[in-house]
Amino acid sequence: MPKPKMPKSAPSLDMTPMVDLGFLLVTFFILTAKFRPNEPVLVDTPSSTSELLLPEKIMLVTIDQDGRVFFDIHGKDVRREMLNGMIERHPELKVTEDQMKRFSVMGMFGMDLANLGNYLSADESVRAKMDQLTKGIPTDSLKNELSEWVQEGYEAFMIDAQNKGISIENLRDDEGLRYAIKADGATDYEKIEKVIDIFREKNIFQFNMVTTLEAGVDISAESE
Amino acid sequence: MAEIIESGGGEKGGKKRPKKGVVRMDMTPMVDLAFLLLTFFILATSLSKPKTLEIIYPKEVENNDEKTKLADELATTLLIGEGDDYVFYYHGKFDPDTTTLQKTDFSKDGFRKVLLDKNRTINERVFELKQDLNNKQLSKEDYEAQYKEAYSKIVNDEQAPFVIVKTIPKSKWRNVVNAMDELNICNVRKRAIMDMEKSEDASLQKRVIELGLPAPTSDNSNE
Repeated sequence: MPKPKMPKSAPSLDMTPMVDLGFLLVTFFILTAKFRPNEPVLVDTPSSTSELLLPEKIMLVTIDQDGRVFFDIHGKDVRREMLNGMIERHPELKVTEDQMKRFSVMGMFGMDLANLGNYLSADESVRAKMDQLTKGIPTDSLKNELSEWVQEGYEAFMIDAQNKGISIENLRDDEGLRYAIKADGATDYEKIEKVIDIFREKNIFQFNMVTTLEAGVDISAESE
Repeated sequence: MAEIIESGGGEKGGKKRPKKGVVRMDMTPMVDLAFLLLTFFILATSLSKPKTLEIIYPKEVENNDEKTKLADELATTLLIGEGDDYVFYYHGKFDPDTTTLQKTDFSKDGFRKVLLDKNRTINERVFELKQDLNNKQLSKEDYEAQYKEAYSKIVNDEQAPFVIVKTIPKSKWRNVVNAMDELNICNVRKRAIMDMEKSEDASLQKRVIELGLPAPTSDNSNE
């Protein structure tokens, strides 16, 4: 009886399907992932049991532990439009096309108008230093720049929505601009109240407070 | 595609090629890399989804007539002081001489218990509503829509208790969010955030000394 032939080489496994699948998933995650732009401040948000997700089209005001205020708004075109609005208000603010481009893709910023130009032309490391030293966007009644940003941001959002052909009814419910406040848990309430008061002056009363999900929530309370 | 099968050309001349068979490529490093990237993206995407708590602030009311119409026996006021360790509450109307502030905190047996007790009827109705709707076996959309409507009717009932959260400038944001969160859990929708009156603040500080509590401390480091 002839011996069954044994393969001489090491057994090999065809890994092609696995590789295919792996790269498919990688591609999927790369495409769906959204990279967070560099955040100039670290904010440790308080936790809550709320499971609502943060809407996408938001105007975000970030307040750090020391009460410094940073501003951000969703959308490249909106940001461009907003900065144009600010330049109209403050003719002394000179912005080149390069700086404009930079601003439209940047994340949040916490500069007063006097330093904004320098901030936009500075390179990464200088900007990080400026973020550390900045006092945030001024909110005091003498020089209320935050109020102006909020106004211009809102107007820019409306113009942008019109350009994209979104009807006003849609803007009212789910496609409209939402206002989010992201504050550190250790921030004094007066600092947050100041920002909220600025919004209230503009007849904005509904806010999304950014929180992290609390671990191990006890919901049994509801069924009691 | 890793195996290149060399075939064809065999008929020509009958000459045998020196190497026949397959060329194999070791794909292990590639697989390693792919899964490393995969892991990274899975972790990076799921971690960066912040949650949000919706808060609606009232419009500035010019005349206070509206506010005072709310019945006193339905009101609970929470006073958030400086520290993290304790807060105070009282029911009804504030009177500097007779009102005793009760000490509580945001733990499971703290303010939540008070609220659940105060808001018992509303909570029971919400619970019944949930059971009702569950029995009906509705589709998810129908459920949400019906629930939302009925829920807002229940929690905005005229007889529903309401809570006023009062803060001082040095109150920590964390505690305000905690308070709002407790109100959400306990189905208290009638609420307001206000500044503390001077008399209330004084009363609070007196009470802290009375109870021999440690001075307010708050954890400024990241949790």
